[in-house]
Amino acid sequence: MTIEELEQIAESVRLENAKFDYEVNVCMDLACASQGADKLREALVQAAAASGKSILVRKTGCMGPCSAGPLVKVDEDDTLYSHVKAENAEAIVSSLGGTPVPELQCELNEHFDKQVRVVLENAGHIDPEKIDDYISRDGYKALMIALIEMTPNGVIHRITESGLRGRGGGGYPTGLKWSTVAKAGGDLKYVVCNGDEGDPGAFMDRSVMEGDPHRVIEGMAIAAYAVGASKGFIYVRAEYPVAVARLTTALREARRRGLLGNNIGGTTFNFDVEIRLGAGAFVCGEETALIASIEGRRGTPKPRPPYPAVSGLWGKPTLINNVETYANIAPIVRNGGKWFADMGSERSKGTKVFALTGKIANTGLVEVPMGIKLREIIEVIGGGVPDGHTFKAVQTGGPSGGCIPADMLDIGVSYDALLKVGSIMGSGGMIVMDDTSCMVNVAKFFIEFCMTESCGKCIPCRAGTAQMHSLLTRICEGVGTMDDLELLEDLCSTVKEASLCGLGQTAPNPVLSTLKYFREEYMEHIQHKRCPAGVCKIEAPAEVLA
Amino acid sequence: MSDAVEVKTLIIDGEEVSALRGQTILEVARENDINIPTLCHLEGLSDVGACRLCLVEIKGSNKLLPACVATVFEGMEVSTNTERLQKHRRMILEMLFAERNHICSVCVSNGHCELQALGQEQGLTHIRLPYRNPELNVDASHERFTVDHNRCVLCTRCVRACAEIEGAHVWDVMGRGINSIVITDLNDEWGSSTCTRCGKCVQVCPTGALFDKSKIGSDHPKYPDFLPYLNLMREAQ
Repeated sequence: MTIEELEQIAESVRLENAKFDYEVNVCMDLACASQGADKLREALVQAAAASGKSILVRKTGCMGPCSAGPLVKVDEDDTLYSHVKAENAEAIVSSLGGTPVPELQCELNEHFDKQVRVVLENAGHIDPEKIDDYISRDGYKALMIALIEMTPNGVIHRITESGLRGRGGGGYPTGLKWSTVAKAGGDLKYVVCNGDEGDPGAFMDRSVMEGDPHRVIEGMAIAAYAVGASKGFIYVRAEYPVAVARLTTALREARRRGLLGNNIGGTTFNFDVEIRLGAGAFVCGEETALIASIEGRRGTPKPRPPYPAVSGLWGKPTLINNVETYANIAPIVRNGGKWFADMGSERSKGTKVFALTGKIANTGLVEVPMGIKLREIIEVIGGGVPDGHTFKAVQTGGPSGGCIPADMLDIGVSYDALLKVGSIMGSGGMIVMDDTSCMVNVAKFFIEFCMTESCGKCIPCRAGTAQMHSLLTRICEGVGTMDDLELLEDLCSTVKEASLCGLGQTAPNPVLSTLKYFREEYMEHIQHKRCPAGVCKIEAPAEVLA
Repeated sequence: MSDAVEVKTLIIDGEEVSALRGQTILEVARENDINIPTLCHLEGLSDVGACRLCLVEIKGSNKLLPACVATVFEGMEVSTNTERLQKHRRMILEMLFAERNHICSVCVSNGHCELQALGQEQGLTHIRLPYRNPELNVDASHERFTVDHNRCVLCTRCVRACAEIEGAHVWDVMGRGINSIVITDLNDEWGSSTCTRCGKCVQVCPTGALFDKSKIGSDHPKYPDFLPYLNLMREAQ
């Protein structure tokens, strides 16, 4: 495979597509599929056949605004239809070539105008099960450029120049990580993709793996070339069967096209990827636990150093990056580091995909440039809090993150700014809460999650989260005391500072941030035996106890 | 020159000490009679850094490092007993005492227990945390030994001694988080497991969780010091 051959494939796809007068893309991601996208697609195919027009009906990955699903995009002029049902198929088909169907048109212009799509550039345009679709949109071109025109150091330099930071949550500079692994000695090195996305309310990585699997594989191959590895693993949680199936298909097609395997692109570079399934443990998203799990051992973390970059899989230097990080690689190699660094804020470059969920009008995936104000994401892109309720807080970073109150919405989204207000960027889940949420109960929910997902290896995380959970339960039941609150704060400090891995070290964040910004709610529960939001069931009324 | 012995000098609690490259902070501290409390660490076994009692402060870093696995570097300044560390150590011990059912007065290890000794050493006078009082099993199916999960602190010394020294790997950990438990084989009874009856696990257990049936009352001191000797002799072979 050479760049010329890639272009031939792209050309033939274009010729193939040109045989059709119209292209109709149907989003087949989980959210749309659960609302009947399957039937809709069949109806569109039938309607297309009956109409006599020449129409290509394509199934694609997630287009973004899941709450408006099922979504249909007509490629000719990018008309987006929302809430489409099978009955509407004929109307859409007959409108092709004329004016779009007005009552189905998606009115989310502001939602899309504010977004910048890098990771999701192919979402809604390609069939994830067809490698040629990906190639026709510059797919694998970056790998060929890297292999044929660049040295491994040149690739690392370009990534460093881009300022890309790890998208899994920690925000470690990707270029620095790559150069560390590249400098590590030894012939055998590994490249691992962390697809063990487990934060409640986060589904960015799933959408990328399902909607554009080749993008991840291409990113890994470029990484392997840069650091000198010949073997890769994608660690995907078993709860993502569609992602596993799509990746399996993608790997098979990439091998058949000679984009994986030996002598890729006619060079001496060899690389292949295997899929490993997670068995349902959240902690396996932590890199040392993930390594243990791939090796076939119990998924528990190890103290670092040594870092995986020095001693990882089977003691060999190992590069571990998140799905979204790899998904950023190909565009950076294609367009240059400066192109990427021009987007975003000073210390957080590029774009970030967020999964908007909770009490917000437009739930779904959004990709925004770093540095955008939280308020813009929630009020403009997300469409604000629906049903006349008022916004209370947004939880970023999943169980490791914190709750950010309304008066802090004007901070720009970046790794440092979020850390400063007591939350983290995390993998990109954003859960919006309105006045019907009790913040004590929210903190209890996240601590319960960490408690059940703790591996049990170190004492602070194992016993500390369980103690925090029982104290929070007491407060929610209206039997908590001020002593309990003090003890809770002491526990937070020890669990945060003394735990072995990131799971324990960040587990107190939801409690700490709600204590910081919503302390009065805790006081209401403790002193007046009252839940302001009416969520916690406190049996005795305030008067009786007072 | 890469094979040459590299000596590092560092400061632990204000005292200048020397170390070899690759030595852990704990090793160097113990050589110099500086006490760092440990529970999951045992000389002769691999280290897991799980109990977090040996956390120390390094000047210039806000992160606390486990002394049992953190290696020394030139010019390092270590503090092993600051107020912050003492607070965390007491809290961790409180968590352990409240986690299961540790009742010293009826325990075979009373007076010989490492958990008890750590509590005394760290000045633990009472437990503020609510006791969890879990209902846990006692497995007395083995002809010589008993495991009482009520007293287990999940230090995994038995697991490591069985796998690394005896080479049998009968013990392992099952379950997650607060529900973790040590098991023999695939959660079989100890008596019908593939146990070689060597008794090393009993000797390395820091509490009364694993004990010899032939001992009565609290007359059950343990002798975990044979491990370094055993390792040394094996290396010599």
